[in-house]
Amino acid sequence: MLSVIHTHLESVSSRLCYATVLRFINSSSSGPRSSPERIMKAFCSLWLLLSLVELSPAPPASQEPPLVCRGATDPAPPQPETQEDMASTGDLEPTHFPARRAAQVALHHLNTLHGSPFRVFGLQQVHKASAEDVAAGGRKYSLDFSVTDWASGSAGPALRCSAEVMFPRTQQHSGPEVQLRCEALQQVSSTAEEHAFYQKYVTPDSAVSAQHLPDSYGNMSEDMQPFWRLARVAASFIMLRESSENTEFNMVQVASITQQESSEKQLMLDYVVLLHDLPSQEIVQWKLLVSWSPDRGVRVLQTEWQPRCPHATKPPN
Amino acid sequence: MRLYLAVFALLAAVHCEELINGDQVLRINAESEDHIQILKMLERDVDSGLDFWTHGFSTERPVDIRVPHSSLHAVKDFLKKNNIPFTVMINNVQELLVREREEMARNAEVERQTKGFDFAAYHDLETIYNFMDTLVASHSNLISKVNIGSTYENRPMYVLKFSTGGEKRPAIWIDAGIHAREWISHATAVWLADRIATDFKENRAPVPSILSKMDIYLMIVANPDGYVFTHRSPNEFYRLWRKSRSATSNPKCQGVDLNRNWDAEFGGTFILLFSLVATDPNGFALLNVPTFSLGPGASDDPCAEDYRGPSAQSEIEVKNIADFIMSHGNFKSFMTLHSYKQLLMYPYGYSGTDAPDRTELHDVASQASKALNSWHGTVYKVGSIFHIIEPASGASVDWAYQRGIKYSFAFELRDTGEYGFLLPANQIVSTARETWYALRYIMQYVCDHPY
Repeated sequence: MLSVIHTHLESVSSRLCYATVLRFINSSSSGPRSSPERIMKAFCSLWLLLSLVELSPAPPASQEPPLVCRGATDPAPPQPETQEDMASTGDLEPTHFPARRAAQVALHHLNTLHGSPFRVFGLQQVHKASAEDVAAGGRKYSLDFSVTDWASGSAGPALRCSAEVMFPRTQQHSGPEVQLRCEALQQVSSTAEEHAFYQKYVTPDSAVSAQHLPDSYGNMSEDMQPFWRLARVAASFIMLRESSENTEFNMVQVASITQQESSEKQLMLDYVVLLHDLPSQEIVQWKLLVSWSPDRGVRVLQTEWQPRCPHATKPPN
Repeated sequence: MRLYLAVFALLAAVHCEELINGDQVLRINAESEDHIQILKMLERDVDSGLDFWTHGFSTERPVDIRVPHSSLHAVKDFLKKNNIPFTVMINNVQELLVREREEMARNAEVERQTKGFDFAAYHDLETIYNFMDTLVASHSNLISKVNIGSTYENRPMYVLKFSTGGEKRPAIWIDAGIHAREWISHATAVWLADRIATDFKENRAPVPSILSKMDIYLMIVANPDGYVFTHRSPNEFYRLWRKSRSATSNPKCQGVDLNRNWDAEFGGTFILLFSLVATDPNGFALLNVPTFSLGPGASDDPCAEDYRGPSAQSEIEVKNIADFIMSHGNFKSFMTLHSYKQLLMYPYGYSGTDAPDRTELHDVASQASKALNSWHGTVYKVGSIFHIIEPASGASVDWAYQRGIKYSFAFELRDTGEYGFLLPANQIVSTARETWYALRYIMQYVCDHPY
């Protein structure tokens, strides 16, 4: 039983309070206690108590979401440090989630740099990973991993990458910092596909608009796939920004896409994307204004967190 | 002429792709000598990537050309501008090949008794329940349908029992769909039901020998209310529903995460500690402070996706399954299908400590994932729930393991994130088949290692 308590204490308290309460439990309860000890015990018990109250998670740094429709389900709710967190410095098991989460963050960064309507990278495998605490309370992960281009299908080659991902630990959430190197990554080449796609849709009368990509059954027309990939790349900007060691984001669906008038020869698209966070299992909705051209790449011009509202769309009866 | 040059230049800029995903086959009907000359010019341009399936052109018969995805618009525009009629004969060559392969795999299997059921599609609850009845009727010597209780919204919960007789033989439990939005799990379970039945009927090893010693219980839809909800609308609030549909203490929010509601470290270990602090004989009074639940990886907020519920087994769906398994008393394996992420996991979810049988469970899971991989090359990662996916308390697999059901595993099926919960229906049969290879390995192992 004591080991169970040990485990639990490790998971919620700082080492100082842990030591204090442990001493309390281990020592017999006979004899008077000194005043400082009492104070320490009181403080630590209260600290423990407070640390266990699940505080309402902070909304994203960008804005305060209105509490409508479903009450508080805000993106990236911070979770208390788990036993895994405490232990995970030094070499990490590549198949375990701390390494994988850090690698996904590196992937988001990769996609913001090199993603396009015809290129989206996904994680294939983490080969090696390690983590160390850094100054000012952050943690830095070093990763060796492979990625594939989803647009190439299952036959595409795997690219080897290495990255450092630094999660800062500040009061106000700030996004992770990533340094990344991938072998054989063509820096420049926008392909003929991209140009053809661009030419087709940058015309003034183009007004693409769609919902539910893919649909409930996983279907998506071929024509819409580049738009889906573009959304996935744009979503990477948000996912990168909102990531922490306690999140693992993925894009589930493009809820809607509405093409805006092209500006400065950029394709302009209004997206509503749905993200899934694995640890909390929450679905998070973001509205994005995105521009793209083969030359300038993907840019996210505006982002807006959206509450999920069942009342907005009534189901058919 | 300039137009031709422009098109050739564009086509030449496209390097030949080895992949044929998104490629189409166009059927062209040349109507004049001019058209034929154009086709000949196209054929001569080796850099265009066009793959002529017909050689020798005439106005008497159509010419079929496989056009790479990247050149489709350019080629179609070109044909239109020259008034050359064409039709799209094959819409997506890659898709067709995949479909054909799966079709062949299906046809190679024994003819199904179920009346033309489409395994390569997602079906609603009513259709699945009808399928169950048809399956039972076609294999009445092997399969029976057991009603283990009703859901919150009063729908029946059915388990298919595969048994060749005996009295409460050692049994294997498989469930799917405990999380409503994970449609591939229900679809896989439907295919599995049919596959087990067919393998038994056709005397295909190892199914008959397993069923001579053990029973198999397969619950295709463990959360019927949630599943129905996901079909009510394409709106994501419905399609991406995860939980049950019970009322909670918050009128704006419904449902409990059924895989956090099991009696396995549901309340965490905090309550124990608090009672120690509270009983400090030096009179430190914390007695009136409410204790907080603290199993990791689950929430006390009714609006949260991983809301654990007010108490363990508060959800009727969980209670029905738990009661059934406990009163049976002779289950030797418990397996649950989820999606997504491609993982094969074993206890614990609530803690990072190794389960006592960790080594053996890891070996079994590793071998099973190799078997799975042998069908289509799909890679699964193996490990405990806590380490591989996330800490999670109140999970069914932990509950089963703690009740002495040693071989307890949780699957997260395809994919790794590209489509996630919205896995295309054309991947159902492939996914189901590779999953079957893993399950078959585990069942064989369980059968060979009685305890």
